[in-house]
Amino acid sequence: MAARALINVPPKARRGEIISIRALISHEMETGFRPNATGQLIPRNIIKEFVCTYNGVEIFRAELFPAVSANPYIAFTTRATESGTITMTWTGDNGFSATESVAIAVE
Amino acid sequence: MIRAWRIAAVLAILGGSCPSLAEIPASQRKSGYDFMARGTRAMQDDDTANPGMLSVLDGEALWRRRAGAAERSCADCHGDARTSMKGVAARHPAFSPAQNRPVTIAQRINLCRTERQQAKPLPYESRDLLALSAYVGRQSRGEPIAIAEDENTRPFIARGRAAFTQRQGQLNLSCAMCHDDNWSGRLAGSPVTQGHPTGYPIYRLEWQSAGSLHRRLRNCLTGMRAVAPPLGAPELVELELYLMWRARGMPLETPAVRP
Amino acid sequence: MAEPIPVETTRRRFLIGATGLAGGMALVTMLPPGRAAATPEATRTAIKAVVGSAPLRKGRIKMELPPLVENGNAVPLQITAESPMTDADHVKAIHVFTEKNPQPNVVSFQIGPRAGTVNISTRMRLADTQIVTAIAEMSDGTFWSDEVEVVVTLAACLEEI
Repeated sequence: MAARALINVPPKARRGEIISIRALISHEMETGFRPNATGQLIPRNIIKEFVCTYNGVEIFRAELFPAVSANPYIAFTTRATESGTITMTWTGDNGFSATESVAIAVE
Repeated sequence: MIRAWRIAAVLAILGGSCPSLAEIPASQRKSGYDFMARGTRAMQDDDTANPGMLSVLDGEALWRRRAGAAERSCADCHGDARTSMKGVAARHPAFSPAQNRPVTIAQRINLCRTERQQAKPLPYESRDLLALSAYVGRQSRGEPIAIAEDENTRPFIARGRAAFTQRQGQLNLSCAMCHDDNWSGRLAGSPVTQGHPTGYPIYRLEWQSAGSLHRRLRNCLTGMRAVAPPLGAPELVELELYLMWRARGMPLETPAVRP
Repeated sequence: MAEPIPVETTRRRFLIGATGLAGGMALVTMLPPGRAAATPEATRTAIKAVVGSAPLRKGRIKMELPPLVENGNAVPLQITAESPMTDADHVKAIHVFTEKNPQPNVVSFQIGPRAGTVNISTRMRLADTQIVTAIAEMSDGTFWSDEVEVVVTLAACLEEI
């Protein structure tokens, strides 16, 4: 099943206002340090990178390691500069890739 | 788990325990939410930070998906779940005349799948069944738990109460000894809650995923070194029925977060 | 029946009760053979990879973690920092490390003046009671740190495999 993401970006903001962006995505973030029932290590399978762009310009980037919890949650801030699209991209092991975009209206 | 020897040791010092028939008075009933740390409560309160909501979103998509030989989706019969399912989870487990026994939400979903959609039932604890249960449960969030008490349900509630109060397992403990008599105490650093199923399916931090009440009950029984019936077993359904009846009036929190 | 071995054995402590009543409970920490916990040296190496030879000063960055967590699988972490966040003077990056997880790195954030302020939250895993370190890299090349010790308790009833 495709990864499910929950994004929270205010739909409207005043120009220059600092807004809060929150993103939650479903992913098991298998650490690679856990043994299965027969004692073998379950291979690592994590999201390694999260990038957020605002009208194409990168405003936030995170490099994730196995110590990030399952179903990673990230919250950060940015200034509302102009109306447009805020896009979030997650990439990781085994070719994992997910993208979500939301619109923001700035007056 | 070995840790449970501590309970037995403590209780032995306290002179064991007389069997408890004392239900927690309504004014003292507290959800597991009240025992959690501030950070965990904040996780539950925010729908965009609550990992259980990911399951609800999956359920919303499944609600609209056609399934089975009948090529029907839940929505085809039940329409908008926000209206048709409002209050439903707060009333389950509910007596099914066709089955002549109480059924849980998960079992009700599977009955619909087999009988109406002509689809295969979803396995217990599967991602899809948890998602649909979470989606249906979410439509009752805030509703007071209200289990019907009538000539059909009374015998099953009684059996559930008997299971809750009987001593069992290698440690000879009953659920009531902790959850009726010693709630607000601590077991190996974790608070002992009153054991009300106010938010299932929950996102349990220990599991790092969503899960059902039956899974949680099996955890408890394993910890007590007692026999854990399989998911969906009649004994677990009766216990769930009793626990929901015992939590009557408390608002449903689905999807809850628990440590 | 043999004691079931929980899956996440790196995080488990096996409590062995004395026979009889309350007597002394011996606390035994067992890590399965071959399971590496980050050594203090691995953590120092990871921090050095970020900081290089620059001095690491305490202050200007603040990390909020609960002092006692209910479950080490999902510990809420919030980072704030004092900075005007202008083009000339801002936080460029924030790095988080642990000392006793199997691996020292937790997460790294790259931000810039567009952030407006520094207020970043996430959830992390903690394998054991330990110190978590956050390091902020400033646009002027200086490094600032904060440390929090977190006590991690384990769930009372675990699952059988």
